[in-house]
Amino acid sequence: MATAKDFDNPVRPTWCSGCGNYAIWNGVKRALAQAGLEPHQVMLVGGIGCSSKLPDYTRANGFTSLHGRPIPIAHGIKLANHDLTVIVSAGDGDTYGLGLSHLINALRRNAGLTIMVHNNRIYGLTKGQYSPTSPVGFRTKTSPAGSLDAPINPIALALAVGGTFVARAFSGDLAHLVDVLTRAFTHRGCALVDILQPCVTFNPGFSYDYYRPRVYRLEEAGHDPTDFAAAWRLAQSEWGERVPIGVFRQVQQPTYEERLPVLSAGGPLVKQMRLWDEAAYARLREKFI
Amino acid sequence: MIENDLTIRIGGEAGQGLESSGAGLAKALARAGLHIFVHQSYMSRIRGGHNWATIRVSPTPIWGPLERVDLLLALDQETIQQDGLDVVAGGAIIHDESLTVNASLLERDINAIPLPLNAIAREKGSPVMANTAAAAAVAGLTGLPFRYIEGVIHDNFKKKGAEVIAQNVAVARAAYDLAVARGPAGCAYCLTPDESAPPRLVLNGNEAFCLGAVLGGCNFISAYPMTPSTSIFQWMMANAGEYGIVAKQAEDEIAAVCMAVGAAHAGARAMVSTSGGGFSLMVEGLGLAGMTETPLVLVDAQRPGPSTGMPTRTEQGDLLFLLWASQGEFPRIVLAPGTIEECFAAGWRAFNLAERYQTPVLVLTDGFQANAMRALAVDALDFAGVTIDRGKLLTPADLDALTEPYLRYKITPSGISPRALPGHPRAIFMATSDEHREDSHFEDEDPANRVAQSDKRLRKLDAALADVEAPRCYGPAQADLTLVEWGSSCGPVRETVDRLNAEGHSANQVHFCDLWPFPVETTRAALQDARRIVVVESNATGQFEFLLHACTGIRAHGHVRRYDGRPFTPEYILARL
Repeated sequence: MATAKDFDNPVRPTWCSGCGNYAIWNGVKRALAQAGLEPHQVMLVGGIGCSSKLPDYTRANGFTSLHGRPIPIAHGIKLANHDLTVIVSAGDGDTYGLGLSHLINALRRNAGLTIMVHNNRIYGLTKGQYSPTSPVGFRTKTSPAGSLDAPINPIALALAVGGTFVARAFSGDLAHLVDVLTRAFTHRGCALVDILQPCVTFNPGFSYDYYRPRVYRLEEAGHDPTDFAAAWRLAQSEWGERVPIGVFRQVQQPTYEERLPVLSAGGPLVKQMRLWDEAAYARLREKFI
Repeated sequence: MIENDLTIRIGGEAGQGLESSGAGLAKALARAGLHIFVHQSYMSRIRGGHNWATIRVSPTPIWGPLERVDLLLALDQETIQQDGLDVVAGGAIIHDESLTVNASLLERDINAIPLPLNAIAREKGSPVMANTAAAAAVAGLTGLPFRYIEGVIHDNFKKKGAEVIAQNVAVARAAYDLAVARGPAGCAYCLTPDESAPPRLVLNGNEAFCLGAVLGGCNFISAYPMTPSTSIFQWMMANAGEYGIVAKQAEDEIAAVCMAVGAAHAGARAMVSTSGGGFSLMVEGLGLAGMTETPLVLVDAQRPGPSTGMPTRTEQGDLLFLLWASQGEFPRIVLAPGTIEECFAAGWRAFNLAERYQTPVLVLTDGFQANAMRALAVDALDFAGVTIDRGKLLTPADLDALTEPYLRYKITPSGISPRALPGHPRAIFMATSDEHREDSHFEDEDPANRVAQSDKRLRKLDAALADVEAPRCYGPAQADLTLVEWGSSCGPVRETVDRLNAEGHSANQVHFCDLWPFPVETTRAALQDARRIVVVESNATGQFEFLLHACTGIRAHGHVRRYDGRPFTPEYILARL
């Protein structure tokens, strides 16, 4: 049985001191261990950005890919080998900007993935431009007069497209983050975990001190994650002075892989090997005579 | 009487069943032991417009279409107006009684054969079966026994049930009998079965590619529909359950290529099929496969561009784009099969090359080849020659025996690193789109490491040259004229060479299927004795001609280019030599 330490590797992160990514990283390692996973069973898929360096700092299989595209890469991996626990580690730009349609499609397919979004509401690695979750009026280097774009509401979006596991966590509440991630990693189907992550360098307005008095745990508020109407109401009304964290919705529905007979009947694709002989080829050829 | 050597065209609107009746008639003729070549012209619309299927029939093997038409089956007036001009003197237009043949056509010694095709369809089946009536009427006029038509109806409508079959057979029978009773007056052609001929396969280039891919172990395809590549995806999708394939329609081409990269990384034999516009969207994913050394197979069925271009037409205009697409430099292998046999071989070779060199393999086909069907001997596709080579893939037993830490991007003399699949406890590793070290970590940006990894990747291209097949020569070793072509121009050029030599000229052909890494030495050898080189290709700017010169210094003496969206024919080429 692996412990969180088994997911350590010798590479040291290059994140800024105080970055919310450290807690997410620690949370991921603890949750992987709590979920009973071994490093070789895990595939971490990153996009591009600070969030997406997490696979490099973690002892597990990894794929650091393209900005905006970790979700389809992760789903390709899952379709080829559904024995792997496939986790996307990406940012709000990757997931709610460039890759938004991939997020929607993974959720509506109920692909067997966990999608962790390090949501810092800013483009950090490119040094401070507004992101899809920045508020209206947000001043950055590319919105000097304030952003005109209304922010994406990830929770409402995921609920609207049929997400079977929709959650928010806060990198300033590690114990709760570990709990939410453990539930996400063991969820059968597509899990979105939107993680509020302070960027201490480029977005000091949304700091630990900003979030800490505002967040409250849904589990302690008695929210029932099978109650869609309640989840929808929370996603619409609670943002600003009160920010719910926890699992808004969790329901069990067949995953994409389970609904695909080639995989449900035959096991992981990489372990299936079809061998052709003359007789089988002759039958195939019949289709063209 | 002209026996078994003619071109039949069935023309009408989209929605009149031209594709199915054309394919059905072609199948009937192939089963009658005749050689056939079928190509289609269709428009990017669901109903209306002007479409046709053209079936060339021959007693001997044929490799492409002709411009001329001998028998025109017109299901609408537009077909008579447009395609009547292609009908040769002595040919015939078979049409419904409600349509009229212009006097100018009749003056050219073209025979009008009006038949009550629509009435028969209406009475014996339903109005949509006029295409069946037309195909059967041709059989009746040319003496092809009815059983060939009936057999194909049974096969083609099997899924639609006994009633639809019975109606179509009744329509066909009535039209056939009427044509026989009318007699062959005005139709100077007869179709005589060759009972001694071996059974034949009838398939198009896309199907042949799929066949090769499936036999070669392809078990994953992700795609977004785009003409003229869609039939690859649809064939794989239709057969996915039977052959253990995961076929996924993605939300867009970017997702499609990324899914295939992910699947290939995890160990599937994965491909993606698209056309030029979709490929444009896939370019970043292509570079990702190059950098992460992922064995990706990507098929581009070219159509005329730029942008939307001519969706249903053909062109060889993406060659240089595919060769250089992506930022940065990485090895890629490019195949441009030119015949059904080469499409089949490209199907399995692409996966072997991709896995052997752990890099993307691009297969270039085009709208013409995607849709054009040929009959070939049942054993013409070399099943025994199909191999599955997964390259330096470490088995679970290899990984169990590992004593050193596994290095995904280990520097080796060939540039090829032993490849593990994710999931084994001894080989926990990462694929990385950033420049990376042997152990995949990427943040030190060391200049020496950059050079070492770049050199390692590019060395694979030198190694791959050993697997690149030489250009294929056809015709006499010494000739006054050498026609050089690539991809689907192969068949029409071959027939051009045959015609020239039959007419007392001296010509040969050099055909390129494997285009990258460019086979420099074998090209020089193939062309060293050429007296006059003419490059024949379907684009406006001479992309292959440029490549040939850039890679070998060989300058062509002339060229024939076609970029009107239509395929080459011997007539087109001969008129421009």
